[in-house]
Amino acid sequence: MSVAIDDRKLKEVALSRDEYRVLVEKLGREPNQVELGMVGVLWSEHCSYKTSKPLLRRLPSQGEGVLQGPGENAGAVDVGEGWAVVFKVESHNHPSAIEPYQGAATGVGGILRDVIAMGARPVALLDSLRFGPLPASAHHFGGVVAGIGGYGNCIGVPTVGGEVYFEDCYAQNPLVNAMCVGLVRTDRLKRARAEGKGNSLLLVGAQTGRDGIHGASFASLDLDRDVEARRPAVQVGNPFLEKCLLEACMDLAVLSSVVAIQDLGAAGLTSSVAEAAGRAGSGAEIDVARVPRRETGMTAYDVMLSESQERMLIVVERGREEEVKKVFETWDLEAAVIGEVTGDGHLTVRDGRKKVARLPIDLLTEGAPTRRLESRPRPEQATILSLDFMRREPPDLSRSLKRLLGSPNLGSRRPIFRQYDHMLGASTVVPPGGDAALLRIKGTRRALALTIDGNGRYCELDPYVGAQIAVAEAARNIAAVGARPLAVTDCLNFGNPDRPEVYWQLEEAVAGIATACRAFGLPIVSGNVSLYNESEAGGAIYPTPVIGMVGLLDDYTRSVDAGFKEEGDFVLLVGASGNDLGGSEYLKVVFGQVAGRPPAIDLAAEKAVREFILGAAQAGLLRSAHDCAEGGMLVALAECCLLGGFGVRCPELRPDGDLRLDAGFFGESQARFIISAGSRAMPELQVLARRQHVEFEMLGNVRGGSIVFEGQVDVDLAELRQEWEQALVAPPQPSPMGRGLPA
Amino acid sequence: MRFGVVVFPGTWSDRDCGWVIDQVLGAELRYLWHKDRDLQGCDCVILPGGFSHGDYLRTGAIARFSPVMESVAEFAGRGGLVWGICNGFQILCEAGLLPGALIRNDALQYRCEWTNLVCERTDTAYSSLVERRQVLRIPISHGEGNYFADPPTLSRLEQQGQVVFRYADERGFVVPAANPNGSIHNIAGIVNERGNVLGMMPHPERAAEAVVGSADGIFLFRSVIQSAMKVLSA
Repeated sequence: MSVAIDDRKLKEVALSRDEYRVLVEKLGREPNQVELGMVGVLWSEHCSYKTSKPLLRRLPSQGEGVLQGPGENAGAVDVGEGWAVVFKVESHNHPSAIEPYQGAATGVGGILRDVIAMGARPVALLDSLRFGPLPASAHHFGGVVAGIGGYGNCIGVPTVGGEVYFEDCYAQNPLVNAMCVGLVRTDRLKRARAEGKGNSLLLVGAQTGRDGIHGASFASLDLDRDVEARRPAVQVGNPFLEKCLLEACMDLAVLSSVVAIQDLGAAGLTSSVAEAAGRAGSGAEIDVARVPRRETGMTAYDVMLSESQERMLIVVERGREEEVKKVFETWDLEAAVIGEVTGDGHLTVRDGRKKVARLPIDLLTEGAPTRRLESRPRPEQATILSLDFMRREPPDLSRSLKRLLGSPNLGSRRPIFRQYDHMLGASTVVPPGGDAALLRIKGTRRALALTIDGNGRYCELDPYVGAQIAVAEAARNIAAVGARPLAVTDCLNFGNPDRPEVYWQLEEAVAGIATACRAFGLPIVSGNVSLYNESEAGGAIYPTPVIGMVGLLDDYTRSVDAGFKEEGDFVLLVGASGNDLGGSEYLKVVFGQVAGRPPAIDLAAEKAVREFILGAAQAGLLRSAHDCAEGGMLVALAECCLLGGFGVRCPELRPDGDLRLDAGFFGESQARFIISAGSRAMPELQVLARRQHVEFEMLGNVRGGSIVFEGQVDVDLAELRQEWEQALVAPPQPSPMGRGLPA
Repeated sequence: MRFGVVVFPGTWSDRDCGWVIDQVLGAELRYLWHKDRDLQGCDCVILPGGFSHGDYLRTGAIARFSPVMESVAEFAGRGGLVWGICNGFQILCEAGLLPGALIRNDALQYRCEWTNLVCERTDTAYSSLVERRQVLRIPISHGEGNYFADPPTLSRLEQQGQVVFRYADERGFVVPAANPNGSIHNIAGIVNERGNVLGMMPHPERAAEAVVGSADGIFLFRSVIQSAMKVLSA
């Protein structure tokens, strides 16, 4: 079929000529302009996952307690006593690169709505952030942190955890991944299925404007040089409006007339109506003339593609619209019937009496041709791995420790999290700053452990291993507070997959996540893919899969945290150490190198060590527990000291066999924890360790005001604290309201 | 003893206050919608934390015009207990029920962290169970909690002993380093002349159980209950 359409029009909707040809073939005619726009957004990578879908099928999504896997607004897992935890992570990278404050704020707003749509009340937010080095990337860093706080604080959902790293590769393309966790009674869990022919579709919340048109398509392109011109594709957040929307949606929970709730996110009305109808196998007819607008002169095209924030679609039993409208009236929110559910498998769009689009639902939601891309490791992959750094003499250990803890990647995160309300809800048992946050479920003894983790540098050096480590580290963080890992949400941040080496990274990382999750019996219940994270100037980002994990603790009085508690307690290193300096912070900060093989990963050892920690926590044997991660044993040990306010005194460290001394202190071998325990707990700990076949080594005792390894390390804690606390003093907070704007 | 917790659109500490009243203390609880004028016979009305109406204009500036505030002002005028926490304190200042104003934190950033409060008045309805000079560990969470008053107002406040809480160090010393937001004279909470209206920036409802890091806030709630009981039995 010969197709007459110009390239400019195709570029505007980000469709390839091949995709257009498939569209015309399946439709049996040429689409009109509105239809083309609708297909363009839904076939974007952001909405259709046309590139990643074949890979995502490899991820395990089933498991005990899974109430809702991928495919809904968010995943849901049973946590007992009638409660379900609902959670998902999503990226807002491209918008945040252009407008850091609003990009991050609307990222938070969007992920909150995903959880609200499941009928759950959001109880926590977490964020995984990546920026270029400071101070050059301070505007990204400051703006994003302020945007997250600005939205989360105002709407009143605590931000309880997160991670942030600074690397050159994120200078042009920062990463902003937001995760939201909610709670709902299992019998109140909602699904966004537009069922029941004749039922009404209500659009509620904010009025529709022209903001964010083509946002989804734009997120599916490389960041080009005219980013300034893309600014109108970034939406503006209104957390107050979303707070009202949240409360109204919670009030809906008791109404039997509500069939489904669907968030309006990327691709706005087009995607939410198509997805809700698609899940139910129904159809829908809507009239754009009935959509409340905040601007005049908007066309049907504008209304269908607008990504105005703080809107929801509610499916209501026919004839009972008024009871739902009344709830929204209470909160001074718009609620308009814009259409109804049909049974014809089509999405029909009218503008008053004129029909402006009619497309098969499955063409919109499932029709995007899957892209099979070439995969090839890049040639230098081999050389990166063989680079030899081992011949160098180790420098002064005390100085190295200070430099590491004073560096932005390992410095105290307090300057960030004190800008976020992390105590709202009066549920935070273990606050941010340690391994995982722990939130009690009110009315029970149970608590949720929450963490988000990733290590782009490991993945750059070996995406298969790096991705496994991300899962393993998240699980260790959960175990470090005494909780058992339950389920996962993932966010895959990668460069342009049209390049075979990027697609290879994606393939390897997905395989790594799948391998680790299968080994740990962890289902992945939701997730998000963000591709095209690259720019002409900065190249591609490190492949950065990010793992959000939820764990469960049956009794929060058994919780553990990272800080040392009592003078004289024994300090132990649990797990085996190797010469794992590849990709380490030590190598980067002290030697200025990103090279080597990332630490070896042994999933069986990970499990065994975790079981040991959980058993010890359950039995009340631990005074503290902390995961060894970036910076290795000495950094982890120092963190236990800094968090607890105690020093530690150890005899000389004598590494076994061919273990280098600096690898013993700063190597990033996996499957390790630093724990402290009273002397009476020691015999039982030994028994437990033998049972799990876990080795541990006595490092020394909690004592004094310094970190001492006889003849090797001697660092004053107060001095170290100074370095640690100053590493990341955040820049002044830009405000969208014009208050306190930075100079 | 009945507590009323006012809910403005954008309020978010209502449920935390409700949890303490209802679940921790087992006292009677009513949520009061901002559009209603009926205080439902409550013995103490709490204006809780949050961002009422988004606080896009100036904190508390719109909330003070809500219908419920007419009743709250009248109730306070009759000597009723009105307790503003965080945004509630800001609203009370905007409504003229307390002197002074809360301006942007001196760091120009939001601050959520634990603070230590030293209690200087133990004869109010809110602090009768607190020991004089007792240090309470209670967290703050605000962007605009920097208390300010002009010199005559401030000296009147100090002379009449209207300052109930000040930010202090762990031992109760009022030092600049313990001031989290730049508040003048480290002021964290004040009462009106009559002592029945309290405004404070820290969140006692978040520090009412040891599991969340401190149970010091419970002294305030219990004090209110005790004094209300006295009034009721008098």
